[in-house]
Parts: sequence; structure tokens; C-alpha cells
Amino acid sequence: MTLSLALYQKLYLVRWATEAIRKEYPNDQIKTPVHLSLGEEAIAVGVCHAIGKNGLFYGTYRNHGLYLSLTLETDKFFAELYGKRTGASGGKAGSMHLTAPESGLMGTSAVVGTTIPMAVGAAFANRVRRTDKAIVVFFGDGALDEGVFWESFNTACVLKLPMIFICEDNGLAPHTLKVDRQGYPAIHKVLERFNCLTFRNETTDVEEIHSLALKAGLLAREQQLPVFLHLHYYRYLEHVGVNEDFDQGYRTRDEFEKWYKVDPINLQRKRLVEMNLEKEVSDVENQVREQVDRSIALAKAAPFPDKADLFKGVWS
Amino acid sequence: MSESKESRTITFQEAIAEALNQEMARDESVFVYGLDVADHKGIYGTTLGLAKKFGGTRCFSTPLSEEAMMGFGLGAATNGLRPINVHIRVDFLLLAMNQLINMVATHRYGSNGKTAVPLVIRAAIGRGWGQGYQHSKTLQSIFAHIPGLKVVMPTTPYDVKGLLIASIRDNNPVIFIEHRWLYFQKGIVPEESYEVPLGSGKIAKEGADITVVATSWMNVEALKAQEILSRRNVSIEIVDVRTVAPLDKDVIIKSVLKTGHCVVADYDWINCGFSSEVAAMVSEECFGRLKSPVTRIGFAPTPCPTTRALEDEFYPGAVDIIRAVEKKLGLSATDISGDDFYSYENKFRGPF
Ligand SMILES: Cc1ncc(C[n+]2csc(CCOP(=O)(O)OP(=O)(O)O)c2C)c(N)n1
Ligand SMILES: [Mg+2]
Repeated sequence: MTLSLALYQKLYLVRWATEAIRKEYPNDQIKTPVHLSLGEEAIAVGVCHAIGKNGLFYGTYRNHGLYLSLTLETDKFFAELYGKRTGASGGKAGSMHLTAPESGLMGTSAVVGTTIPMAVGAAFANRVRRTDKAIVVFFGDGALDEGVFWESFNTACVLKLPMIFICEDNGLAPHTLKVDRQGYPAIHKVLERFNCLTFRNETTDVEEIHSLALKAGLLAREQQLPVFLHLHYYRYLEHVGVNEDFDQGYRTRDEFEKWYKVDPINLQRKRLVEMNLEKEVSDVENQVREQVDRSIALAKAAPFPDKADLFKGVWS
Repeated sequence: MSESKESRTITFQEAIAEALNQEMARDESVFVYGLDVADHKGIYGTTLGLAKKFGGTRCFSTPLSEEAMMGFGLGAATNGLRPINVHIRVDFLLLAMNQLINMVATHRYGSNGKTAVPLVIRAAIGRGWGQGYQHSKTLQSIFAHIPGLKVVMPTTPYDVKGLLIASIRDNNPVIFIEHRWLYFQKGIVPEESYEVPLGSGKIAKEGADITVVATSWMNVEALKAQEILSRRNVSIEIVDVRTVAPLDKDVIIKSVLKTGHCVVADYDWINCGFSSEVAAMVSEECFGRLKSPVTRIGFAPTPCPTTRALEDEFYPGAVDIIRAVEKKLGLSATDISGDDFYSYENKFRGPF
């Protein structure tokens, strides 16, 4: 499969799984808050595809894109959302704390900023143990407001840890604009004074993000320094939940319309069609749809955990 | 004059240093980090020389970033290392509670048992010389309240070495609480490496009439009380719990079933504290066999005052234990006018 098509497959998987959740959610069987990634897909997909199996990834509660582009699997994913025994964490984690250590997804969290220091510790262990992994941590623009971001970033710069910090900036946290939260005009300009490398990009083109992430990985390794990527996207839906919220007054549909012109899935699809790969595109789409439908059916049919499972997994 | 190996006497602080040295030599995934662990003071001498011996990657001082350093430990512990994060006061751990409780304590459960977090958090506690309300807390019941955290409070040099080694080898997060006055206590400590299992309390002193369940420094006070009361043929049995979580309930229950009386002398506040937990557990397990209700001894329900005049009132000690025992057994007050009690003037000098 060409790179362009492989990226599209992941984009479409994230998009379609999200649309499936939106359809299922009103049935009230998925009883876990979902922070959906419509609009954000290119960042998760581009970065994960670039870093690949060699990565250790850390993220937030808005982690479906991350989980799906790293694992490409949907059985355990949906089972986890439905709270079933067959879920990625046997139903204990739900949407907000998905992990898949076997695929490099090491930690995600419902508390803003909390996986950032964890990633710094992982980068330290990676250096000490010479495991030659690429450490990547994703967080929102809201995490920049937290002390722990600065503590962690500073520590990574002091220790000169090669790792990638990715701020997924949607301008909102959760409904408050950056201008009301941040006493500086541009985060990368602040951070470039640290012993690190910084990049800023507003693209929604997955291929551009993919090459930027490749470059960031190389530079981090070459220069033995942290790299900060400031990336941007527009969150299509409400902060948490499956609906639009343009009628709530804190933002307008016009903004959405502007960003939707460069919707990451549409952009990549258009590119592939221009490459005369229409047939391949629809094969990929059909395969993803079937996979998601099957996983949802399996998840619904799966048993809930045993009562005794409550007590399992606390202690090692 | 050389001491024989079996009866070698060293201090509590030397026992910690020895445990760290031996574990770091045994297992290269063990490392020590935290504020000032690699400076010339070396956390009361316990980490002195580690950086030189094992290198700056195995022992290093960090930025003043308690929360990030706790998360750092989680990241390192889930990627093949065994971190030991050191805090010169437990009070500073409060800045890291988010990472500790939201992240460290839950990580294994959230992965449904796929991951393990072999992380040790050493925290000094203490008192005296005007430490005041921000440098003298204990907080063990707050930590022990959280499923997923183990909490250790060693008293003797022998135990501190064995418990620290067991904590480092444990695959769970362990909070290891060290009382500063104990650093200078001496005791017999074998040179070779050994573990004291987490979750095992011990009878620090056998007795028949009354059980005193004690934590950390309160064991020293309980021994003093025992010594004084033995003059009147009152025989106190002291249970050193050693680990607050998991708690060795059996050793407590067995002792209380034998004596019928229970005093809990906890080095902390009483309200909603560890002493309350023991009292509830004893009433559940020994109800019909109790000759008196459980008595709890702990700090005064105030922030810790700085002035010595009030600090004396704040901390419980051997005298409080003696008076509690007398009351429970219906005895008159023992004359203690000729007795010496512990105070920092003869145990500890400032400034820190
Ligand atoms: C420490 C903490 N404070 C507050 C919250 C409540 N909260 C949940 S999401 C959110 C906004 C975070 O915004 P951002 O980091 O930009 O991520 P986004 O939701 O935009 O992806 C807030 C404040 C939280 N989860 N954690
Ligand atoms: Mg945001």
C-alpha cells in the first residue's frame, strides 16, 4: 500500500469509528464520556504513522485517534467503550484512559497534563536502557496552562532528552479561548528560548504532518534534544459528547465552515482520487466500515466483566 | 576491637545508605533522584556517595518540580527502571499528590493488570527545633487511604534496611516514611542483604497486660513507657506495625486477644487517621474479648506550632502512653519525676 493510501486508511478508520460512536451513543450503551476527535485526525495519524512501532506514545482523554492509528484494531476498542470484559482494559479504563502498551500506547489520562511528566520519565528510561525508542507525548493547548507542563518541559531540556512534545492546539480549553488563558502571544516563541527545537504548523494535511513528525524524530535523535511541535486543528464537535455545539455562543459555524474546507479526510481523499486511486479508496472505506460494524456487534454481544474482576489488577 | 558480623551495630541512617548501595549494586535498573539527593549533605547522609559510586544517571538532583518528578518516576517505572524518588520532607509530597493519586496509584488497574509500577518514594518526617506546621506532617493515613499505594514506616535500623530492600524489589508504588529522629538510632544490622516483608508487623516487646500498637517514632516512646511501667510489674506488649498498608492485622488481633486492652499510639493526627482504622478493626475482630474500649493517642488537633512551649503540648510521648495505660488498668499515677524522656535537645540539633 502506498504511503498516501496507508495514511488515508488510518484517517478513515478514526473518522468512521467516531461516526459510529455518534450513531450508537444515544442508545446509552456506551456509558463513558467521549471526547471525540473529529477534525483532529491528521495529527494523530500523521505522527503515529511517522514514528511507527518504534514509538512510546502518551496522550490525553481525547485519545481515540491515537489508539486507533496505533493499533488499527477496533474489537477491544469498542468493547472497552461498552464496558465489556473483552475490552482493551476489561472495561476498567473506558474512553478516557485507553492504553495499549503492546502497541506503544503507554498512557492516556482524564486529568489535564498528567501524562507529560510520565513521558519525560519514559524518555529517561529509554536513554538509560538504550532501548532506542521514540517518545512522543500529545496534549492540548489547555495543558500549557498547567505548572506540570513547564516542570516537565524544563526537566526534559535540562536532561537533554530526545523526545517529541506535541501540542494539539484547538484554541479552546474546554470553552475558554487562549487569549483568556495565556499571557503570551505564541508558545513556540517562548519555548524556543529553552534548550530545545520548536516547530509550528497550521496544516491539516496528514502528509505534511507526517513529514514534520519524521523530521522531528530525526532531529531529536541527532541533536539529543526535546522537540516541541505546535500543531493546530479545529474541534468539530462539543468538548465532550457527540453533538455539534455552534449554537452555544462561544464559537460560530463560520469558523467551522472555514476549517472544513481543509478537512483532513477530504484533503487526503482528493489527493488519492487525483492519483487515480479511487477504487483503492473505496476498497479501504468498505473494509473499514465492515471492520467497525463487526466490532460493534461483537462488543454488544460480549459479556460484562465478572464481579470478581473488580479486585483484579490493583496490585502487582 | 572488631565487631563480629552478626552483632554489627550501625545507625538507622547508615542502614538506609547500606540498603541503597547494595540494591544499586545488585540491580542496575535502580536509581535515586529528587531534590538535593546528590548534594554534599545527601539527605541526612543516606544518599552520600551514590552519585560518585554509581554515576550521575543512577543518582541525580532534579529541578524543584515535585509533581513532574513523580510522573517522571511513573514513566521510568513503566519502562524497565526502578526509581527511588526522595523528599526531604513529606510535606513537599503534597505538590505531587495529583500524580501520586491520580496516576501512580491507578496506572496498573487502568491497564487491567498489564503494567506494574515499581516506584519507591522516600519521605522524611520529623519534629522539633521549630519545624512548624509546614515541615512536620506525617500523612500516612492519607497515603494508606488510596488503593494501589503501599505505606511503610520503619522504626529500627534492622527493619529500615530490610523494609527498604523489600520496597525496592516490590513491583508496586511504595511510600517509605522515615522519622528524622530515628536516623541516629543505633541497632544491630546484618551486613548482608535481606528483606523484611511488606505487610508484616512485629512484636517489638512482648507483654501480657496491655497492647500498644505504635507507628514510627511512637515505638520509641512506647518502649520508654514500657520500661517505666515494668517497675510496677505492668507488662506492655508493643506492636510495631512497620507497614501501614498493607496492614498486618493478625499481629495486632492476636496481641489484643491476649491482653484484652488496646492503645494505639500513632505518629499523626487522630481524626480520620490510622489510629481510627486500627480502633475500628480491633472492635470488629476482638469485640467480645475487649476489657476496655480502644484508646487512641496522636497529635493535638491543630497545625504543628513552631514554639517549643506549644510543640511539647502538640506531640504525644511516653508520658501520654503511661497515663493511658494507668487509666485503662485502674492504676494510680506512676512517679516519673526522676525519669529522662526523649527530647531533641539530647537527640537532635538544628538548623534543619
Ligand atoms: C487538571 C484538570 N483540570 C481541569 C480538568 C477539566 N477539563 C477537562 S478537559 C479540559 C480542557 C482541556 O483543554 P485542552 O488541554 O486544550 O484539551 P482539549 O479538550 O481542547 O483537547 C478541562 C479544563 C481536568 N480534566 N483536569
Ligand atoms: Mg484545547
